[in-house]
Amino acid sequence: MRPPPLLEVHGLTMRFGGLSAISELSFVAGQGEITAVIGPNGAGKTTLFNCITGFYRPQTGRLVLHHPDGKALGLETLPDHAIARKARVARTFQNIRLFPRMSVLENLMVAQHQVLMSASVFSLAGLLGLGRYRRAERAAIDLARHWLDRTGLTSFADSEAGALPYGHQRRLEIARAMCTRPLLLCLDEPAAGLNPRESSDLNQLLCGIRDEEGIGLLLIEHDMSVVMGISDRVLVLDHGCLIAEGSPDEVRRNPTVIRAYLGEPDESAVVLGGEG
Amino acid sequence: MFAVDRYPSVSSFDQAGPFRAASSGVWMEYFFQQVVNGLTLGAIYGLIALGYTMVYGIIGMINFAHGEIYMLGAFISLVAYLIFSSIGGGSVALALLATLLVTMVFTAIWGWVVERTAYRPLRGAPRLAPLISAIGVSIVLQNFVQIAQGARVKPLPPVIQGGVTLDLGKTFSVNISWLQIVIILLTLALMAGFTWMISRTSLGRAQRATEQDMKMAALLGINVDRVVSATFVIGAALAGVAGLMVTLYYGVIDFYIGFLAGIKAFTAAVLGGIGSLPGAMLGGLLIGLTESLWSAYFSIQYKDVATFAILVGVLLFRPSGLLGRPDVEKV
Amino acid sequence: MAASSPPMIRSAAFAALLAALLALPLLGVRLVDSATGLSLSGRPELVAWAAGGVFCGRLMIDLFRRWLADYAIRLPVLPAPPDWTRFGVGWAMALFALVLPFLPFADRNLVDKATMVLIYIMLGWGLNIVVGLAGLLDLGFVAFYAVGAYSYALLSLTFGLSFWICLPLAGLFAAAFGLALGFPVLRLRGDYLAIVTLGFGEIIRIILQNWQDLTGGPIGISGIERPSLFGLSFKAVPPEGQISFAAFFGLDYSPDHRVIFLYFLILILALATNLFTLRIRRLPVGRAWEALREDEIACRSLGINPTTIKLSAFALGAMFAGFAGSFFATRQGFISPESFTFIESAMILAIVVLGGMGSQIGIVLAALLLVGLPEWFRDLQMYRMLAFGAAMVLIMLWKPSGLLSSRSPTVRLGGRA
Ligand SMILES: Nc1ncnc2c1ncn2[C@@H]1O[C@H](COP(=O)(O)OP(=O)(O)OP(=O)(O)O)[C@@H](O)[C@H]1O
Ligand SMILES: [Mg+2]
Repeated sequence: MRPPPLLEVHGLTMRFGGLSAISELSFVAGQGEITAVIGPNGAGKTTLFNCITGFYRPQTGRLVLHHPDGKALGLETLPDHAIARKARVARTFQNIRLFPRMSVLENLMVAQHQVLMSASVFSLAGLLGLGRYRRAERAAIDLARHWLDRTGLTSFADSEAGALPYGHQRRLEIARAMCTRPLLLCLDEPAAGLNPRESSDLNQLLCGIRDEEGIGLLLIEHDMSVVMGISDRVLVLDHGCLIAEGSPDEVRRNPTVIRAYLGEPDESAVVLGGEG
Repeated sequence: MFAVDRYPSVSSFDQAGPFRAASSGVWMEYFFQQVVNGLTLGAIYGLIALGYTMVYGIIGMINFAHGEIYMLGAFISLVAYLIFSSIGGGSVALALLATLLVTMVFTAIWGWVVERTAYRPLRGAPRLAPLISAIGVSIVLQNFVQIAQGARVKPLPPVIQGGVTLDLGKTFSVNISWLQIVIILLTLALMAGFTWMISRTSLGRAQRATEQDMKMAALLGINVDRVVSATFVIGAALAGVAGLMVTLYYGVIDFYIGFLAGIKAFTAAVLGGIGSLPGAMLGGLLIGLTESLWSAYFSIQYKDVATFAILVGVLLFRPSGLLGRPDVEKV
Repeated sequence: MAASSPPMIRSAAFAALLAALLALPLLGVRLVDSATGLSLSGRPELVAWAAGGVFCGRLMIDLFRRWLADYAIRLPVLPAPPDWTRFGVGWAMALFALVLPFLPFADRNLVDKATMVLIYIMLGWGLNIVVGLAGLLDLGFVAFYAVGAYSYALLSLTFGLSFWICLPLAGLFAAAFGLALGFPVLRLRGDYLAIVTLGFGEIIRIILQNWQDLTGGPIGISGIERPSLFGLSFKAVPPEGQISFAAFFGLDYSPDHRVIFLYFLILILALATNLFTLRIRRLPVGRAWEALREDEIACRSLGINPTTIKLSAFALGAMFAGFAGSFFATRQGFISPESFTFIESAMILAIVVLGGMGSQIGIVLAALLLVGLPEWFRDLQMYRMLAFGAAMVLIMLWKPSGLLSSRSPTVRLGGRA
């Protein structure tokens, strides 16, 4: 039984000059599922994220995001900031993009810009210090505190984000994305550069987000222990094409995938099967 | 503080108003005359713009004092020419050649010293620090020359006179002065030499490498400091040539010419795509033409407005300039 | 010690040689304009002076550096001052500014200069929103100052409106200009924005200079109405139907009253700007400005529309410049394009950057250094600008990230910041 669809991608094609980073890609990501996107370097995974979040405008294809209330939005028609705001898609970046000179808490407050902005009524209520704005601000701080607790960053709340250790920065980026209250969370290699313990903490965090928030996750990852451990479905990209799709077990045994990764069936079976 | 637009305008070379022209031949003649004037002016702007674009390309800094180096070049060339013409035994060509070399050498030293003292310690500092330092240098140089040489304009009687008349078609002809020919040819020669240097010599290679990734270049054993110095030296020498040209072309200079020429040249560099050498030249020519034609057909007062309007227009449609590489933001 | 002296002397000698070379064509020779044309006169002694000066200067700097290296390491590193000191310093400064005109040493001249410094502080605080907080490099800020001044002058002269009506109108007008300029150009990348704003500043100046019918061209506008305090005039002979300030309070008429009044007027305007900035920095817009300065792409991924946020910074900065411009117009009673050249933009930007990009108190310090100090050397007109430029370079070299560059967060867990 598949869950109801969250994101539907139809015939997505993204070309850079002569290079087709993604060609005729179609798939469906379900609500409340972790969908992993894997593939060799340069397969077009990040490009896919950039199309979903509106940083790139694909040449062809439709991207439909289904809200739980039945509304469906065509992402390919919206500018990037509207995708985050209206369609409620949040993301992290392969190369961490925090606001380095702002504090950890401020990073999370910026993520709640929309809510706070409308509570501050063009900043007027905020300038006058009206109760309406102060209540919203308190609620925002509470939400931030919640995600700080979840990511184990509470004790760093007032330090500069740029000064945090790498693993903390990765988690802060996830917390920041969650503070926008997304329906779809896109994570670009969240486990890159983490040590095994951090990596298993991350697994827990992501499963927690899926199970408690009930939102869908799209996860790019090279670390197979993460992919095989927590994802419900796996998409395999190579040269911009979808070469396999299915449950982690199905994908792991898929000979096309093995060939795409290493070309050597035996060795790659070992690699892919490593921790599963 | 400096109210009057004292930058001499092309219009002082206008011979006849455009609308007095009766026949189409006279109209064409006037038009082509303005094109020639515009190209000459554009060549000068282009030479200055090269310095802006090179420095920007290599250390990502707007060298605000570059216009002042050009102004220094104008003064140095005036002094040098007066000296050489009095001892040179009457050969104008020889005196000019010596002036050219001396001007290039002295402006190059100025460029080197400015980079060494005011910019190099700020490499790696926040982005705006070198910009403010450069604005400070520009104020210092302007006032230094004003104090050392006085605020009055310095006139120089025409050095190269005469020209050729090109017959274009039956009905009209265009006068090109020898000076204009010299300016355009010299610019072309410098451009060619320069392109050769960038693409063929080891300094050029080091420059290109440093431009792409300064840290990596340093790791690979390129002496980045020397490359940056060389960039400033070359840019300053080219600005010095532009200073000499303007001294000869307009025959009047003062301590304030650097500011406006500086922003025009910087505009040219941005228009052509900052970081692109042919772009700088193209931008310079476009701005020279715009200025010349706008002054001729519309109004002299608003020629700078036209220049900036073109800049904004181009940037709106091509955000990285005419020949600039569009910068992809890799997400 | 003795072993390393020769290199030191050698480097000083090299510097002196360079100085001599640099000075030779510009200082060593003077262009003399006579009836027969240009001629040259030599001044070799100046070249010698330059070389000697640089030699000694260089040697002294090196010795000082050596001395620092030898002894200064043992100095304790001062910890960053806690936030409350900064808070306290701010209040102390404001208090001092309030009582300044009544201090025994405060004569008319001093209050006048303090007024000038306050104008630049206010402009600095306005530009700080654009450059320091939002990270948009604006090289044409003076344009909005000019728009404010001219719209004040024109409104006041054409419609006879009072200062208190013209002031907000002028601010709004400047803000509208900010929006009109910002809308097309704000999507340009940092340095492209710089040249476009620089061009905009020049365009405004050219228009002011050439649109004779409206602006009076190079001559400018004079006879601008001076402000009054709730209808109390500061003139010796108040106009028909008005009472003079001196008569109302039973004082003898003194021109000082107006000077002091103007001082307080700009003080209030500046403090209002400061309060506004301090407050808005903690609101979502303010945080979005800073976030945008840090990483625009991340902002977009969080649903922030960069264009509107940048526009708001641009327009607000312009508005404060407009206020400052109206004050300037009413203080001088006369304005002309001469007061709105690029050098003013450069000065304001220098104040913001030297202050430490975002630090309100830093801007005060920088304005005191850059505007206040040179005011004392007014008699040395030409050398004043020379010293000003040199100060800009030296302070930047000394403190590349500005005088006060630490930033305190706008919100803290467990309590308001
Ligand atoms: N803005 C761009 N301009 C030109 N080419 C691009 C651009 N963005 C991506 N590409 C190209 O598209 C292809 C796919 O890149 P992408 O970043 O999506 O790979 P990826 O699957 O994320 O790889 P990795 O695992 O290394 O992150 C690459 O060949 C890349 O060079
Ligand atoms: Mg990637």
